[in-house]
This record gives sequence, C-alpha cells and structure tokens, in this order.
Amino acid sequence: MALHAAVGRAREAGDLPGVIETVPTMRSLMVAYDPLATSRADLQPRIDTLIARGLSAGMASRRITLPCCYDDPEFAPDLAEVAKRTKKTVEQVIAAHLASAFKVYVLGFMPGLAYVAGLDRSLYLPRRDQPRVRVPRSSVAIAIDMTTIYPFESPGGWHLIGRTPLWMFDKRREQPVFLAPGDSLSFQRIDRKSFDRIARDVDAGTFDWATLVRT
Amino acid sequence: MSAALKVVRPGLFDTLQDLGRTGFMALGMPTAGAMDRIGLRLANALLGNPPGMAGLEIGVMGPDLLVEADSVRVALVGPLSPAVIEAPDAPPKPLESDRTHLLKRGQILRVGMIEGSSTAYLAVAGGFALPPFMGSLSTYARAGVGGMEGRKLGQGDSLPLAHAQAVPADDRKLAAPFDYGSGPIRVVWGPQEDYFTADGRRTFVESDYRVSKEADRMGIRFEGPVIAHAKGADIISDGIGPGAIQVPGAGLPIVLLADRQTVGGYPKIATVASVDLPRLGRLLPGQAVRFQPVTVEEAEKLRRDQESRIARAIADFKVARPPGGIDLARLYEENLIDGVVYEG
Repeated sequence: MALHAAVGRAREAGDLPGVIETVPTMRSLMVAYDPLATSRADLQPRIDTLIARGLSAGMASRRITLPCCYDDPEFAPDLAEVAKRTKKTVEQVIAAHLASAFKVYVLGFMPGLAYVAGLDRSLYLPRRDQPRVRVPRSSVAIAIDMTTIYPFESPGGWHLIGRTPLWMFDKRREQPVFLAPGDSLSFQRIDRKSFDRIARDVDAGTFDWATLVRT
Repeated sequence: MSAALKVVRPGLFDTLQDLGRTGFMALGMPTAGAMDRIGLRLANALLGNPPGMAGLEIGVMGPDLLVEADSVRVALVGPLSPAVIEAPDAPPKPLESDRTHLLKRGQILRVGMIEGSSTAYLAVAGGFALPPFMGSLSTYARAGVGGMEGRKLGQGDSLPLAHAQAVPADDRKLAAPFDYGSGPIRVVWGPQEDYFTADGRRTFVESDYRVSKEADRMGIRFEGPVIAHAKGADIISDGIGPGAIQVPGAGLPIVLLADRQTVGGYPKIATVASVDLPRLGRLLPGQAVRFQPVTVEEAEKLRRDQESRIARAIADFKVARPPGGIDLARLYEENLIDGVVYEG
C-alpha cells in the first residue's frame, strides 16, 4: 500500500513514464504498464529504487467514521450467532466491532468493496459454510480478521452484523467509490431512527459525505 | 430534433465501449473497454475519430438501428454476414464490412450476425453524445455504469450522435481484413506458476483448450485436460491484469478479460501477452486454442510489432468506391456534387 502511494507520487512527478495504474493488495503491488511506452526491464529497477528508499513515510491517511445500525434484526441477521460462537453477548460483539482499529487495505471483487483489516481478535470467525445468495447493499459484515461493507446487493459469505445507511458506491457522486486504500476506519453506532434519516439524505443525494472524513 | 440512432430491434449483447476506464482499479473498478481493441481502433481510424472514441461493440448478433439524423457516417469492422441497409423507398442493400458507409435519415441499418468472431464494431463519425463515467464511456453492466445507462442496448434506446449530419468525405475501407494471427495464444508465465506441478505446467502448454459456453466480457472458461496444482488453489488475493489465467481447484483455466474483477484469490499460471488479447476477445464457444509461453521481452516486442502492423493497416486504407466506380473524390474536387448520398 505504501508502495502504491510511492508509485503514485513518482508517476505524478513524471518519473515513471508508461505506468498506467497500480493495484495494491495484501501480498503484492500490480503495476500495469504500456509496453509501447516502456518495458519491464526499464521499469523494474526504478520501482526497486522506490522500495529501497523506504516506504513508510508520507502516507496521507484519511480517518473515516461510518454510521452503523446494529439494532435491527433485519440488518444484523448473524449477530446472535456471532455472539454465540465467540462466547460473548450481542452487546459485547458490537462493542468489540466499535473498538476495532480498522484500516482499508484493498478494494476489489466489486467496485468499492473494501477489505478492511484490524478486526478485534476476539471476533475472528471463518466465513459462513453456506454463502447467502443475496446480501443487501450496505450490509456491514465480518469474516476471518476483517470487516467489509457490501457496495451492491450481491452473493456473500460473511457474517452480517449491521448496516450503514451510506452507499460505498454511488454513481451520482463525483468520486463514486467512497473508501480508498490507506483509509483508517471506525464505526459509530446509530439507532434505526438516525439510520432512516441518513438513508433519506443519501437516497436524495443531499448527504454531506465530508462530515465523515478527518485528515 | 436531436440526431440519434434508434434501436428498433436490439441485438444479443451490444454495449458502448472505448479503450477502458483506467486508473481506478485500486478502488475495485474494473476497466471494461473493448474486447477487441484493434477492431475498435480501426473503426475509429476509418472515420478519422480519435482511437479511443467509444463505439458500439456488437456481441454475436447486432441490432437494427434507425437513422434519426440528416446523415451519419458509420464504420463497420469485423466479419459481419453482411449488414444490410433498408429504406422505405428502396430494396434492401448489403453493406460490406471493414469500411465506412454514409447513412441517411429514415434508413434502417440491420447489423445482423457476426461469422467467425464473437465481436465486431460499429463506430460513428464524431462519436456518441453520452456522458462519460469516471472518464470513460465503457459500459460496465455489473455496476450499471457507462455507455447507455450502464447496460446493453435495449428496444427503443436512442443513441445520441455528436454530429447532426455527416461531413462530406470519401468512404474508406481496409485494404484487407486485419490479420490477428492464427498460431498459439502467447502467454507469459505467472505470477503464480509455482502453484502448479511441472506436469501441470506441461499439461497447460501441450494441450488444446476449448472455449466453453461460459464465455463473456468478464472472461472465458476453457475445457480440456486438468492442470495439476502443487500447493492448493488458494492464494492471498492479488491484482488481476488483462489476460490473467486463473486455475481454480477444478484445474481448468479461466482467462480474465475486459470486465474482470480487479483482484482474485486463485493462482494464475500465466498471463496472455497483450498482443493476443484481441484474439481472445473474438473467440467463440467451441473454438480451441493452445497456449505458448514467451518471455516478457518477447511479449513486449510482439506487441510493438503488432502496433506497427496496425499503423500500416491505417496507412493503407483505400477509398471505397460505390459500385459503378464513381470517383467521389474527383467529383468533390470538381464541385459537381456536395454531400449527396449515393445509392449503390
């Protein structure tokens, strides 16, 4: 992720001609390049140099707080089972999710679907044995050591423990994808009434997304 | 009245595509874009459009389009079988592919079937007047974005044209259909070839693989001999480039194409060299291919050589004369006619 940012800065400075884009993941950085403008033999040493310079410095990170409603059984059909399997009360599961220090690592699978690491260790569970055919949009879910928010209604095998009134992908927005690699993330508990109020604003396109972000 | 092409009968899977929505893969946004980038580029070049202008990608069978503009020049590229132009006052007339045609108001262009390829292209001079999404007109149907409301064309859709009428010009054609090559599909090993046994890698390059019915803009599932994994079929997900060849647990290769997801968790035995991606974008179910490994340096050189051949094909465009051999260029020069539509 730090290399993704470093390559991005080098591209903007004009140091990596021919690089089209990069895709950060937990194990690698994919670098897409135009073979008519450069070559692997030319690029590889330039990127190795970026790595050798050290990557930790200079990551501008946004801190984002997402509202999440855990209270409605329709929103959180797996909350009771997660509590049972982690030997907690439902309130303790919610508290552990709220207390987790989340960081967005990778987006993929669907536009705007973020793999968010940092889940409290006490909530680690494998994926569901039987994936759901339809997970509603904006469901907040956990599996293994991560949390995610479904940007679209889609199949899914994660445990659904809440729902945010926000859309992680909204084609009406100038930046349709809300989360980005490197974002720090935490959840804020809201009740159903607040959920409905925010959902109305999001539907209408009048929600002020800037209120969620601190830099 | 605004100028448009109206869909009076949709084809099977017609979408607007340009050369892709690049720069957003890190946000999980697939690039989409033309499956056969050469076909789209040639269609644009025939019309004098920029190479990356969005055109209509025809999937297997094209639409019937009513011209609701004074005139429009279109380019058809790909093995159509053939397209036909109909007008209320004239008998149907077949239209050659790999060239431009001037159409006029009230005519219906029946694009028809493609033979021997899964994709063909229809571009219009000046392009379509639709709003880009994240910098591109490419349709990505899974997220409902780009092109015509983020979906394939449907009955009654009206494709707005940037130009209300065609500029007087000669029609142009390719000197010969573009040669995509016919040998094995060239691939570069990896990035996870170490997830396969030596036998598995040999199976992959020494066997014929047949395009299954599960082939679409996202990718092609192949049928053939099973490729043996060495250490399971799960990796920590990493980025998926165009032409990445995933081999899930069942051992059969899946080549990922324009609408591919941006990251994936199956090991990738090899990646198709960009020179041969347009060929994959044209494959039909039942066709068989073989994969041949090349080095990164060879793949880069093959692509540069292909680029020279595309430039040569464009330099070699011919003026397309209507039947009867009327020399429109000469007529224009002598100012005998001006923007008149000919009937062949």
